[in-house]
Order: sequence, then C-alpha cells, then structure tokens
Amino acid sequence: MILISSVKVIVVVVAVLTGCAWSTWLERKVVGHMQHRMGPTFAGPYGLLQPIADFIKLIFKEDIVPSGVERVAYGLAPVLSFIPAMLVFAVVPFAADATLFGHEIKMVISDLNIGILFVFAVTSLGVYGLVMAGWSSGSKYSLLGSLRASAQMISYEVSYGLSIVGIVLIANTLSLRELVEMQGSDSIWFFSNWFVFKQPLGFLLYLTCAIAETNRLPFDMPEAESELVAGYHTEYSSMRFATFFVSEYANMLAVSAVGATLFFGGWQGPYLPSIVWFILKVFCFMFFYIWLRGTFPRFRYDQLMSFGWKVLFPLALLNVIVTAAFVMLD
Amino acid sequence: MKGFYVAPYLSILIFIVIGIGLVLFTFFLARLIRPSHPYPAKTINYECAELPIGDSWIQFNPRFYIFALIFVIFDVEAVFLFPWAVAFGQLGLYALIEMVIFILILFYGLYYAWKQGVLKWV
Repeated sequence: MILISSVKVIVVVVAVLTGCAWSTWLERKVVGHMQHRMGPTFAGPYGLLQPIADFIKLIFKEDIVPSGVERVAYGLAPVLSFIPAMLVFAVVPFAADATLFGHEIKMVISDLNIGILFVFAVTSLGVYGLVMAGWSSGSKYSLLGSLRASAQMISYEVSYGLSIVGIVLIANTLSLRELVEMQGSDSIWFFSNWFVFKQPLGFLLYLTCAIAETNRLPFDMPEAESELVAGYHTEYSSMRFATFFVSEYANMLAVSAVGATLFFGGWQGPYLPSIVWFILKVFCFMFFYIWLRGTFPRFRYDQLMSFGWKVLFPLALLNVIVTAAFVMLD
Repeated sequence: MKGFYVAPYLSILIFIVIGIGLVLFTFFLARLIRPSHPYPAKTINYECAELPIGDSWIQFNPRFYIFALIFVIFDVEAVFLFPWAVAFGQLGLYALIEMVIFILILFYGLYYAWKQGVLKWV
C-alpha cells in the first residue's frame, strides 16, 4: 500500500509541477494576446519551452540573502508556502477508479472522509509562509505586503469556508469522492446534477474568495508591484523566489481543482476519459483566472476589505440559511 | 488496512515528506551550481536604490489586529456550521431554527462592529 501511495504521490507531484510550469506559459501567452502582443515566442515552437528556460535561468542565479534577515524564518518561508499549496492535491480525486493488473486503484492519493475540511484547513496554512517571509526579510515593502496578505486572506477565509456549507447541506457529506459521485448523471444532460446549478450563489462566492485567497488580480494587493515592488517576496531571489512563484501557481491550480470537483462534477463527463474531463475543467478555471488578470484593474485596499466583510460575508450567511430552508422543504 | 483510521493520513504523510524532500533537493542542486559573491553593498535591503532609512519593523495600522479578532469569532462560527451541515439530513426543523438563531446572534455582532465603524478602513 505504501508503495502504491508513493508512486501515486510522485506522479501527482510531477503532474502538478508540470501544470504550474506551463500555466506560467499559458498566462504570458494569453495576457500577451489580450494586449495585442505575442507573448513568449523564442524558446521552442510558440515559446513552449519558455518554462524550462526560466527554470534554468533561476537555478543559475545567485541567491542574494540580505544582511538584515532572520535566517531561520527566511529559509522556512518558501517551503511553508509551497507545501500547503501542493497538499490540496492529496485529497482531490482526479479520475474514476481504474483497474490495473486485477488491482483496483483509486485515482486519489488519500480518500479522506473529511476531504473538504482538509482542503480548507490546509489552504489556510498558506498564510504562514507569506507572513514569515514578510516579517523575516527586514524590508519595509515585505512587511507591508505580508500584513496586507494576512489581513486579506483571513478576511476572505470566512466567506470562503461558508460558501461551500450549502453543498454540504445538500450532500450531507464532506468526502470529495462521494461529492463527485453524487454529481454524475447517465442522462443526455450529463451536467444536470452539477452543484453549480443548485448553488449558483455559493459558486460565485467560492470563485471570488478563491481569487482573493490566492492573491491574484484583481485582489493582488499583497504583491502590488506598482506600490510594494513585489510585496512579501521582494528580498527573495534564485530558487527561493522560484518556490514562491511556483506555490502561487500551485495555489491557483488547487482552488481550480477543488472548484471543479465541488461545483462542476470533478472527473464526471461523457465519452472522454475521466482524467481528460478533470484536466479540461481545471484548464477552464485557469483560463478564467488569466482572463480576469487581463481585464480588471486592481482594487483599492479599503474597497477590498469592505467588499469582503460587508458584501461577501452576509451573502455567504444568507446562502447557508436559504439553502438549509430549501433542503428542509424538500 | 481497511477500517484502520489512520491509514488515509499515512499517504498524506508520504506526500508531505516527498514534497519537502523535493524542495530541499532543488535548493541543494541550486547551491551546487549557482555563483555566490556577496559583498556589503549587494546585501543591503532593497529600498528603491537608496540606503534604507530607519528600522524595517515600521509601525503599522492597528486595524489589522481588529480584523484578526473579528476573523477568529466568525471562523469559529464556520467551524460550528460544518458538523451541523453534515448531520442536517437527520436533525430536522429544530436544528434549522436553532442554527438560524445562532447565525442571527453572530450577525448582530457583525452589525455592531459595522456601526462602530470598525470595518471602515481609513
């Protein structure tokens, strides 16, 4: 069992890292075309080898550690922001169960009965990495960026958690595998059981909070480059910077995968193999993220905070009560 | 291993170990091949190419602290909501009324904070 788990873990980690690498390519290409530019073109056909070139460049860079840093926290911070982002993929089911040489293999690393709770517990740990990075760097920009990041992430954390209580009310389970199975349908309207149709408000709340949680535009105050240089990772360079960069994309992939699983039926879909459906749905989420970046300007910080507490949070509570009443009436 | 409560968490432990190992391995690899020529001017903290002025641990807005307090209250509320939601199918109308009262009490807390002007970012 340990051997099978290890193989699955390695496959998933490699797949997620590859996904992160080519998400950066996708982002630069899509944003480029949205702004009438070409994006990366030189490394390989359509610039497809650009992520590899970036990696080689970053690994050969000198790692400049400023003199004023707190060594331990400074070194730990990239790891602490990277691990939680990856850990989400330990519980997300990415395909239907398969049979290989007579063994039934579950296409999920760990089928926890509290899957959703695990996802939210782990994603909220990500803030520690950012806070430690900002606090230990000994730079004003870093400190401001990490303060903003922590305030923003905890403000949206509450609505983020509440946005999926509606689904739990309908499904009465926290297991991601059971949730995916519940959303399957054999009829021609294969999407008829997707939770997005039963929880439209919950989905919008999830989407908005997920963007704020991952510090992406239009909520990217923690690293607003025009005011804070690069926020919490101003003083990082070389592979440590790369780790922060990868963990940002891993976070995006994680909330995309969880969103696809909770609201769009995960790997459920007709004709195509289940893994293809899963990747397709995650890709749509990622494209939406990049699209937002190409379209919206950054929020102002006070707007962001009041939007989170005065609009999203009451709406999330309302969604819970209304869903509970509807489930009661059924 | 079936029915063994800790078994699913074992795979997660493997995941954490492999994840940390991967990061440390990349750091180690980078250390082997990258150049390292630090000198005092290079290791000064960044501050728009000027010498940094004063301490980097600046004073900041105490509102960050108040938001953290509000967060704790409402996150605990969310923790109470999850088990209630899982068991909702068996609990019935009584549980719904109880939870509505609970949510309304906490919502009044938010209303109070709102009226006190705590949620306003100056």
